[in-house]
Amino acid sequence: MASIKRIKVGTASCGLAAGAGAVLEAFRRCAGSVPVAEVGCIGHCYAEPIVEAELDNGESVFYCRVKGTDEAAKAILSLTDEGRFIIPERRRELEHIFVTRLAGRINPVDLAEYKANGGFKGLERAISMTPAQVVDEVKASGLRGRGGAGFPTGMKWSFLAAKQVPDKVMICNADEGDPGAFMDRSMMESVPFQVLEGMMIGAWATGATRLFIYCRAEYPLAIKHLKIAIAEMKKAGLDKLPGRPAPLEIVIKEGAGAFVCGEETAMIHSLEGGRGTPRFRPPFPTDSGWNGLPTSINNVETFANIPPLMVEGGEHFASIGTEKGKGTKIFALAGDVENPGLTEVPLGVTLAEVVYEIGGAKPGTVKAVQTGGPSGGCIPADKFDTKIDYDSLKALGAIMGSGGLIVIGNHRCMVETARYFLSFTQRESCGKCTFCRVGTTRMHETLERIVAGKGVESDIDFLEQLGDKVRKGALCGLGQTAPNPALSTIRYFRNEYLAHVRDHVCEAKQCAALVDVKVDPSKCIKCRLCVRTCPVGAIDPETIVVDNDKCSKCNSCIEVCPKKTISRVLRGEGYHSSNAQK
Amino acid sequence: MSGAFSYLPEAGSDKGSLIKGLQLVQSREGYVSDDAVRAVSAHFGVPEAEVEGVLTFYAQFKRTKPGKYQISICDGTACHIKGSTQIAAWLAAELGIGNGQTTEDGLFSIETVACLGCCSLAPCMAVNGKVHAKLDRKSLTRILNEYKKMN
Repeated sequence: MASIKRIKVGTASCGLAAGAGAVLEAFRRCAGSVPVAEVGCIGHCYAEPIVEAELDNGESVFYCRVKGTDEAAKAILSLTDEGRFIIPERRRELEHIFVTRLAGRINPVDLAEYKANGGFKGLERAISMTPAQVVDEVKASGLRGRGGAGFPTGMKWSFLAAKQVPDKVMICNADEGDPGAFMDRSMMESVPFQVLEGMMIGAWATGATRLFIYCRAEYPLAIKHLKIAIAEMKKAGLDKLPGRPAPLEIVIKEGAGAFVCGEETAMIHSLEGGRGTPRFRPPFPTDSGWNGLPTSINNVETFANIPPLMVEGGEHFASIGTEKGKGTKIFALAGDVENPGLTEVPLGVTLAEVVYEIGGAKPGTVKAVQTGGPSGGCIPADKFDTKIDYDSLKALGAIMGSGGLIVIGNHRCMVETARYFLSFTQRESCGKCTFCRVGTTRMHETLERIVAGKGVESDIDFLEQLGDKVRKGALCGLGQTAPNPALSTIRYFRNEYLAHVRDHVCEAKQCAALVDVKVDPSKCIKCRLCVRTCPVGAIDPETIVVDNDKCSKCNSCIEVCPKKTISRVLRGEGYHSSNAQK
Repeated sequence: MSGAFSYLPEAGSDKGSLIKGLQLVQSREGYVSDDAVRAVSAHFGVPEAEVEGVLTFYAQFKRTKPGKYQISICDGTACHIKGSTQIAAWLAAELGIGNGQTTEDGLFSIETVACLGCCSLAPCMAVNGKVHAKLDRKSLTRILNEYKKMN
């Protein structure tokens, strides 16, 4: 029988949040002579904390939802059959693990382990070629920017490479601001060397002399791992490129919480120490960027694609995916699915395959997915046979974006979802362009009115007209795409808008102003837990009836009721103190 | 005054490091006070109004002193869909403070943030950076009590 060579505990942010810290401590106490290593994230966040027992015969046994107790650790050390985690066969067929091959499998900050698993082979091959050949290889691969807009990476690099100046800048966009996307965080936490290797290859190909990583400050673990990895590379001399007089310095700049800084010209302003407002293009950053120098900005996932691309070759890369979308894409699945987490699939899989077969959502329980976050749009379930790539999603009024995929169940309100996204973009608008600053504010106010039950039918037309104007009148991607959530929900779920404005009904019972809270007296055991919990004293201690005029719809009573007798009902179906007085 | 912020040179002195300087102040002091604005202005040679302009642009910077335990409620898409509005309401009711406020005893402060990146474990919040996942009414009360007990 095989014995355990090493125990690996996934301690990326998602693992830690699920309790991996205690699991790690338990193994450190119980493992004896078996080494215990911290690794990143393998993408199956729903199964965290995950432990991998690496066997001496080269195989591995995975355990999921591991408890942080000595008993649990000892059971795994004896290779118990209980709690074993096997990736479903169908998921393995659908996925194409290319970029995330090492994520969660190696110690993120151990340079030797990264190298032992093929790390820095891409850089090695790149510097055996001329810079122009590397750019051609990336062009041939068909790789498009993974940050959202999908601009061909090889093309962008060729613009920078063509500049005959001594000082050029390359920036890694790690400002993953789209709420709902976390693939960049995971890559930086799990395989920081891969991202850095991609940047070094980029620097070789384009002649860039100054390298920056603009990472959002909300990702402390990613920043920590990148810093360690940069120091390790320096020690090993991997920060040098042939023919360069000095080693390259990779500088990490922490963002300070502004969504618009994901836009390239805004990011440059922020890097220069000012307010992160976008500016008109041209000049494009490759002509005049950071402090006026030619600058290329690429996303984390784009850089992470580069080392395996260089190892496997551009032709192999181009064989994955569709005609216009080459390679794989990491999606962050969240919302109403059984298996939230990261999944890497070849471009061209259908939304149905991702949502139902990988995500594990039951067909019939989902009404839409939101792609691309606040800049994207929602796609209704009857369009789930769409093959995912940049152009197909755009045709549906959504965008690929950075790869956030939020699954919206039947019990959610689409109007409220649109309101949420508009509240986000309205807050994050930098205020430079009138149509974005005022337009998103008016759209948000209108949506607030509709979810409060005070909307009128003309509000829907107003949203469509204003949305179109914001789209045309804004300077940057944030403003141009800000109306998308409202426009796409109106396009596909107009009936929900109509129900809100005509009948003042929220079928999903999510809009607080349009619901009552009601206790079912036939099942109530009068334990009065709800009465004690209610923060506003809306439940009568004698009759256990909710006064909906007082009730703040906070759901506290619904959550604490041991018999599940309390629920939200359509407005008017619950008790009203005003009714009682009549 | 300059003595109080004598660590500013650690952030560098070029204007491009202004944000870094402000982040350094906030990590040391917990927030950016009026005195800090003056010190940063003098250190980087940037007018106070411009420092203020940068400060107010970015959501990360606080102008008032936060609580000992800083609670960041995630209101990213996944958390929102999974009920972060409710979490925020419960917290506000339990602590008697709203977004951006600090409790009278200086123990807790609440802020709503865009996304903590733990979308698969929604809804979640972070207390001084430690993430608490899959929150519901019960776990929220338990977590608050644990922090209260430590004092």
